[in-house]
Amino acid sequence: MTFGLGPEEWQAVLLSLQVATLATLASLPLGLGVAWLLARRRFPGRALLDGLVHLPLILPPVVTGYLLLLAFGRKGVFGAPLAEFGIVFAFRWTGAALACAVMGFPLMVRAMRLSLEAVDARLEDAAGTLGASPLMVFLTVTLPLSLPGCLAGAVLAFAKAMGEFGATITFVSNIPGQTQTLPSAIYTLTQVPGGEGPALRLTLVSVALSITALLVSEALAARAGRRLGAG
Amino acid sequence: MTEPALAVDVALRRGAFTLEASFAAGPGLTALFGRSGSGKTTLIDLIAGLARPDRGRIVAGGHVLVDTAARRFLPPHRRRVGVVFQDARLFPHLSVAQNLAYGRVFARLPDDPAEYAAITGMLGIEPLLARQPAGLSGGERQRVALGRALLAKPRLLLMDEPLAALDEARKAEILPYIERLRDEAGVPIVYVSHSVAEVARLADTLVVLDGGRVAATGPAETLLRRADLIPLHGEPGALLDMVVEGTDAATGLTRLTGQAGPLLVPDLAKPPGTPLRVRIPARDVLVATALPQGLSARNALPGRVAGLVPAGTGVLVEIDCHGTILLARLTEAAVRDLALAPGREVVAIVKSAAFDPAGFGTGRPTIAI
Repeated sequence: MTFGLGPEEWQAVLLSLQVATLATLASLPLGLGVAWLLARRRFPGRALLDGLVHLPLILPPVVTGYLLLLAFGRKGVFGAPLAEFGIVFAFRWTGAALACAVMGFPLMVRAMRLSLEAVDARLEDAAGTLGASPLMVFLTVTLPLSLPGCLAGAVLAFAKAMGEFGATITFVSNIPGQTQTLPSAIYTLTQVPGGEGPALRLTLVSVALSITALLVSEALAARAGRRLGAG
Repeated sequence: MTEPALAVDVALRRGAFTLEASFAAGPGLTALFGRSGSGKTTLIDLIAGLARPDRGRIVAGGHVLVDTAARRFLPPHRRRVGVVFQDARLFPHLSVAQNLAYGRVFARLPDDPAEYAAITGMLGIEPLLARQPAGLSGGERQRVALGRALLAKPRLLLMDEPLAALDEARKAEILPYIERLRDEAGVPIVYVSHSVAEVARLADTLVVLDGGRVAATGPAETLLRRADLIPLHGEPGALLDMVVEGTDAATGLTRLTGQAGPLLVPDLAKPPGTPLRVRIPARDVLVATALPQGLSARNALPGRVAGLVPAGTGVLVEIDCHGTILLARLTEAAVRDLALAPGREVVAIVKSAAFDPAGFGTGRPTIAI
């Protein structure tokens, strides 16, 4: 089953799946934490945090990628000390995952925050009076009730990661087999003569993956609505 | 002096609303009574730890829950104060059985099948255990919420207008369970209500709130007779502790006995020996100076005028019937014509039909603190 894709094209598809999976899983706990803070807590700097989370959504992706390069490049503020421990992002597939995680973060947090806000805070109060600590209230009441919405947020971030291009190519370039994700591969193919066929095939794969992710996200959101409506 | 089950002395300001309340509650059921906006629910939130007072101290069963002077605030999950909310607040993603088990897990209580059976039996919720909260009626939800709070073994149980969202039929369904809880569970209860009928039926002690302040506090039977609290409880009345003697099948009347004398009331369908608490509003009592002849009213209780209290356009006559005080509301003209004065022997007349069967609570001696 190669769907008529060549080995390099397959490589790009698999790399994209790998990058998107890591990006989604790694940003999941942080996204959940930030979404909960924004949904349930009032603290100084809340507006700033909110703005910071949304920044990748409004900045040109190239700018985000360049900022990542400055911060996490080999000589970057965080990149240099991390390199001491052997953790390198620049021009690695892990860097692509970092770029995708940052770009997908606002979408993930937004969906999670909305679904956390939809949980009746009075149920959380009731759980507290029954002896559940704030962490246990979150794990046993808030999270289960908002789970479909939170998963939908994760799926959205995954879909965004599958399609991320600007920040990724700026931060980790476009090296076949290492950092050439699906969109980068399509871009490369459109730049060379005779690449139209493979580019179209990859485009179809990309469309199929995106639609699947969207359907999964919709199904989860519908389930969330049913569950909360039943309460 | 024994330590009260709950001692509250708090102040809180929220915009234009100021709460300044100080009261103590004994064992049994203490009702926080007042109009909406009088600060009842705010007090519940403060005791449960869902709100912080600006200043003050709350102690329950010897445990300091909050003390602003000592900068102490116990978070809700460490207070062991159970709450039954007006909207039952069952967890929609858990079954009834899981809802009931929720508090026990966190209180690290071992399984106690006997207690579980006793509480689910007392509340009549065994048939519901496998159900989801969404499929329950309002009354069933409230009973499950009661069981859930009780099974967490609270030191104190708060009930915030647990019947307010229910219709009359559902209220009548739940009230006996709350009475059993009060009499059998051994947990001090603080019960918030704005309904005189509920308070008269359930409360041992009454804390009357008005505009964020405690207007009066004391035994329920004493406060419900007080004329100066009429604006708050509407109509004063006497609370009588009686026992069912029997029901006459021919007349359909149930005979009650008590300190004040026998009373005939519409059939209550309760077995002989059942203790009852009966509220008789002052407007339903007439006064005669001699035992009248040819009168349709069934209940004539001889007594002695204990006091006359002006109340708005009329007078409240306190009648001491063998140690129990009955109240009658008369016009000033009637008091003059009958020459009523303290010490005068009179007969208090109560119409059988004046008794509302829904207004009868199962009673027990009122506890004063």
